[in-house]
Amino acid sequence: MHPVIPSAESILPVSPAIPASAADTPADERRARAWSAAASVVDPEIPVLSIADLGVLRDIRFDAAGRVEAVITPTYSGCPAMNMIAVEIGLALDAAGFPDAKVTTVLSPAWSTDLMTEAGRRALAGYGIAPPVGRAGGRRALFGETSVACPHCGSPETERISEFGSTACKALYRCRACREPFDYFKCI
Amino acid sequence: MSTPLFAYTLRLADDALVLGHRLSEWTSRAPTLEEEMALANIALDLIGQARVLYSYAGEVEGRGRSEDDLAYFRDEAAFGNLLVNELPNGDFAFTVVRQALVSAFMLPYWTALTGSRDATLAAIAAKAEKEVSYHLRHAAEWLVRLGDGTDESRRRSIAALEELWPWTGEMFEMPDDERALAEAGIAVDRAALKAEWSRTVDTILEEATLDRPRDGWMQTGGRRGVHTEHLGTMLAVMQSLARAHPGATW
Repeated sequence: MHPVIPSAESILPVSPAIPASAADTPADERRARAWSAAASVVDPEIPVLSIADLGVLRDIRFDAAGRVEAVITPTYSGCPAMNMIAVEIGLALDAAGFPDAKVTTVLSPAWSTDLMTEAGRRALAGYGIAPPVGRAGGRRALFGETSVACPHCGSPETERISEFGSTACKALYRCRACREPFDYFKCI
Repeated sequence: MSTPLFAYTLRLADDALVLGHRLSEWTSRAPTLEEEMALANIALDLIGQARVLYSYAGEVEGRGRSEDDLAYFRDEAAFGNLLVNELPNGDFAFTVVRQALVSAFMLPYWTALTGSRDATLAAIAAKAEKEVSYHLRHAAEWLVRLGDGTDESRRRSIAALEELWPWTGEMFEMPDDERALAEAGIAVDRAALKAEWSRTVDTILEEATLDRPRDGWMQTGGRRGVHTEHLGTMLAVMQSLARAHPGATW
């Protein structure tokens, strides 16, 4: 079986720097290398978005024996992409010289679109998916619509067709100006 | 031996799986393509919640049972789900009304459970809360469209509401083991959520120009494993593959 190397690398947004001080010790350098390998994995449904920019990659750590562990969190409870993402992280780490990687899923703190990076939001818009509007966390109104700008022509004159789109994380909208339908990455 | 935490977690998982499976039955027969995707997405959220809850229940039990063992290799009487969740889908109005009534309860339920002293249940609740807020919104908007829509959609909405109402009382029932867990800060007092549920339902019904049915006799039994005739056939379909081919993988 060939390792699956993400092919969209050239158009990938810059991954967020790992929250370590600087790669000044061999351990830091090793962790940084493992992080960028894992961070090269993209969401299989949205191949312009790396799992680091999506906020799905939480941590990279090593056990006493030096085995690498990637910690990820699911976007939605039933997200079917998680299994594939876990497999691809293992392959990417293996290719970068970290064999037998362990991938652990954590639920807390719950994933939120607030974790998505600016680069990730720009990549989404460039791909034709409207990025989440506003911040998550507020109590949602029972009725009413979020104003979402069209990712194709920029018009704010859009309407929601369905609260649920092609994947759990997206809603379906239509632009009244350019008449194009588009996906909106829901704010949760 | 079954501990209260195991039994409680299992009931939450059964609620999610049974309703999720019912919604998945709409696949290939929803009224529109968009609605097909919406119902499948909601089913996916619920089945995802069921998976983490079953996995945790298996861990709590400590006998090595997996999520699949608990979902596919227990019989009807061992399921502790709400009866309303197992009722057949009926027409689209019935499915929408049920989803609105159940989601209006589950949203404050998950919100309250995020404060559980059990860290795993709190984490599961924090994810489920976000998801169910979309389920409620979706069902509420449809109910307004149907209730305040054509004569036919209105007639069907009223019929669904009348038929479903006697099944709503069970949502607020507290099994004894769950009451003890609630007192320990692990589970949630269901009865305490009745006022908020009522307010949400009234808001939706008012917008939908529908009258709230009068409270009367309420049907219960699901928590004790006493089910309608519908759960057995649903499980027979849902569990057939896993039982015919134990251990099968994709």
